[in-house]
Amino acid sequence: MKSKTNLFETIVHGIFLVLGLITVGCVLLITIYLIISGIPAIREIGLLDFLFGDTWASTAAQPQYGILPFILTSIYGTAGAILLGVPVGFLTAMYLAKMAPKRAKSVMEQAVSLLAGIPSVVYGLVGMMVLVPGIRSLFHIPDGAGLLAAIVVLAVMILPSIIKMSITALEAVPKEYEDASLALGATPEETYFRVSAPAAKSGIAAAVVLGVGRAIGEAMAVMMVAGNAANMPDSLFQSVRFLTTAVASEMSYSSGLQRQALFSIALVLFLFIMLINAALNFFLKGEKKP
Amino acid sequence: MISNRRRLFLWTVRGGMYLAAALTGILTLFLVGYVMAKGIPNITWQLISTKPSYLSGNIGILPDILNTLYVVIASLAIVLPLGVGAAVYLTEYASSKRLVGVIEYAAEALSGIPSIIYGLVGMLMFSNNFGTCLLSGALTLVIMNLPTIMRNTQESLKTVPQAYREGAFGLGAGKWRVVRTVVLPGCIDGVLTGCILSVGRILGESAALLFTAGFAHALNGFWDGLSSAGATLTVALYVYAKEQGEFGVAFAIAAILMVLSLLINLAAVLVTKYFQRRNAV
Repeated sequence: MKSKTNLFETIVHGIFLVLGLITVGCVLLITIYLIISGIPAIREIGLLDFLFGDTWASTAAQPQYGILPFILTSIYGTAGAILLGVPVGFLTAMYLAKMAPKRAKSVMEQAVSLLAGIPSVVYGLVGMMVLVPGIRSLFHIPDGAGLLAAIVVLAVMILPSIIKMSITALEAVPKEYEDASLALGATPEETYFRVSAPAAKSGIAAAVVLGVGRAIGEAMAVMMVAGNAANMPDSLFQSVRFLTTAVASEMSYSSGLQRQALFSIALVLFLFIMLINAALNFFLKGEKKP
Repeated sequence: MISNRRRLFLWTVRGGMYLAAALTGILTLFLVGYVMAKGIPNITWQLISTKPSYLSGNIGILPDILNTLYVVIASLAIVLPLGVGAAVYLTEYASSKRLVGVIEYAAEALSGIPSIIYGLVGMLMFSNNFGTCLLSGALTLVIMNLPTIMRNTQESLKTVPQAYREGAFGLGAGKWRVVRTVVLPGCIDGVLTGCILSVGRILGESAALLFTAGFAHALNGFWDGLSSAGATLTVALYVYAKEQGEFGVAFAIAAILMVLSLLINLAAVLVTKYFQRRNAV
């Protein structure tokens, strides 16, 4: 009797162990699949030519597979989105966490959740119909689709994650710190910006890193507003391709080396994301034990 | 009393905060208002109750609505046992701290991977074996949503008081019996929250589905639908806006999606409130 229940419990334990390991298995599978399918093209093209070649002409008679334009576009686009999104997000979070009346706070938090829940294609659609024509007529250029439009859309899209994470970080600051600063005669604003913000800095850094991850990985919205020509990002109005959109835009009709090269691009993107994940973990750990 | 320099700082940051908060609020209002205003007039009964036909030039999104429903059902049906099981293992069974760390790190890594990469890997893993079909798309979404379900279940498992478990053990229950009768009923709120979040994510997903589930608009039943290619609402929006220039239809879909995400947010709030009140009693 005893051994029978033990066997049963062991089996159940085993089943749960397998379920627990599924996430690890998925990560491993994804990594292996990406490496296996991404390496051949890099070997054929040459790592340096692939990463630092400045021309992407996959369908030309003499195909060239240089992804520097995509890498730079992704970096510039993300940097631009961070530059626009972080100050707005941080200040909004500060207002909501510290100053807003309770009512305003709960309404705004709902608005932020809603913003986070809007599908990326809807952002893309609005960007296409409002932002792109707006940029065209504002700057008198033939086509408004380009780097600037993508940056603005990305900035709006990363806003909710930055706000939510910053609020959490700011609200976790011990009240004693703020009380001490107030008691010394600092105004509330001085306290929030000179005491609370530095105390919450690793959480806020994590928010920024999360924003970077979101921005660099976004595909559909960017695809709808960035123009999608494989240009070097020389100006804000240039029609450009990001790493994500480079994969998405040619996937459906690619074949042979071109298709393999797309997988290599995905591999590069994956490496970027893994670096960002590591950074995010680092900052989150820093927040847990100050 | 306060020096001019301090006063300048004070007003700058105060102004900055008001401005930023106002900008965020206005942006949300504008997005919702604009999409609704452009979309709702385009939602007609004919649009949501028919399928598109090249012969009559009719555009209908009924297949896309059904496909979305199928994908949501299929993904949830698969991801729920997996995610809840993983969470139960982590909080109830796992004894090695190291292993827990590895699993949690893996879950975090999964939630950071962009959907376009899921799309590619899903294409390689599932579509190459099962063909481009809704099932492949659903399986891809399963991997994507695994961390969400796992995290939320885990959080609520942690709130089940240790004393309950000890009481059950003290009465002579085996481990599995404790899990089944004491632990699992206690985490229903986390599972529900996880489900709602996952549904929201599935509704909004497009990049991961484009290459795994395809973009056909055929009208199918559940099982046929799973084994054939089909566009969900988001993918249909993308195709109509970007490739076919049918902006009226695109806005109609966008408005539907917007209403759905409003409802999902509302549901999440209500569920959290309901269980908070119940747990407080």
